[in-house]
Amino acid sequence: MRSDTPRSAYWRGVRDGAPFLLVVTPFAMLFGVVATEAGLNVVEAMGFSIVVIAGAAQFAALQLLVDNAPTVVVLASSLAINLRMAMYSASLTPHIGAAPLWQRILAAYFMVDQTYACSIATYETHPDWTIPQKIAYFFGTVTPICPMWYAMTLVGALIGSAMPAGLALDFAVPITFIALIAPMLRTAAHKVAALVSVALALVLAGLPYNLGLMLAALGGMMSGAQVELWMERRGTWT
Amino acid sequence: MDIDTTQLWVVIVLLGLGSFGLRFVFLGLIGDRPMPPWVLRHLRYTAVAVLPALVAPMVVWPAATGGALDAPRMIAALVTLGVGYFTKNVLMAIGLGAGSLYLFLYLL
Repeated sequence: MRSDTPRSAYWRGVRDGAPFLLVVTPFAMLFGVVATEAGLNVVEAMGFSIVVIAGAAQFAALQLLVDNAPTVVVLASSLAINLRMAMYSASLTPHIGAAPLWQRILAAYFMVDQTYACSIATYETHPDWTIPQKIAYFFGTVTPICPMWYAMTLVGALIGSAMPAGLALDFAVPITFIALIAPMLRTAAHKVAALVSVALALVLAGLPYNLGLMLAALGGMMSGAQVELWMERRGTWT
Repeated sequence: MDIDTTQLWVVIVLLGLGSFGLRFVFLGLIGDRPMPPWVLRHLRYTAVAVLPALVAPMVVWPAATGGALDAPRMIAALVTLGVGYFTKNVLMAIGLGAGSLYLFLYLL
């Protein structure tokens, strides 16, 4: 039996979430800057980051608003980008679905790429954790990431000047996610799922409304599940 | 590029509600009801399917180079993957990946 308490799981979440400040800080500042340049005031920029709390979808919505797209198009495109959140929601359900409703409501609000990715990676390596431990860990990852999203949007909106380009911060997103995924590629099924999803994502990158991502994700999940089934039948699944 | 204030707030509120709906749909509505094994079998691969699909185009066609394949970024991605896979250490993978990015941006 592990000695992890909800308190230690929480602090572990804080530590695991902290490296993502590398991504969230510049991304949120950039949103504040871009929003200001598009003519939004500070309250409007903050409204976006607090109400929507989803980086890529916020950028897309803002760009479409600047292009004078109809409201329906703005909403449909931005929600399509956030469709992956429904997959995250399904994926977290076996782990924290039994938590009290108010905790699930809060967890849903704070579900972003980084908090999801940290949590699912840790849940998989701690199948013995109780629900309070898993919930505490989730909110541990939220603690450094989400308040910083608000704070840095505010800073970006207030300074309103461009970020230095020489830092190559564009690549903070790929590096942090690859670093998190790589240790999860434990079985052949996980490796096949990731390979298929990468191949499909590249082939289908030209599709509109982020459809390429959704199809690639579904293809990857189906491949992983299929490999697991094959290995189970051949008795090589551990 | 004047954005209409009403349209802006309509978008913010509806996009917020819609995003929350997508995040809550399974966690809230299914809760602790058991899901069939085939669904669970697919859900086990959500993370390793969604996140690589999200990242792959950023690695192959980086926005910073206008979408041109970029050797330092490609090397950094491979270093991060290799270190993460073999050491299972996320922080070391981020550190060495970022280090190799700056090294090769400087060298190449």
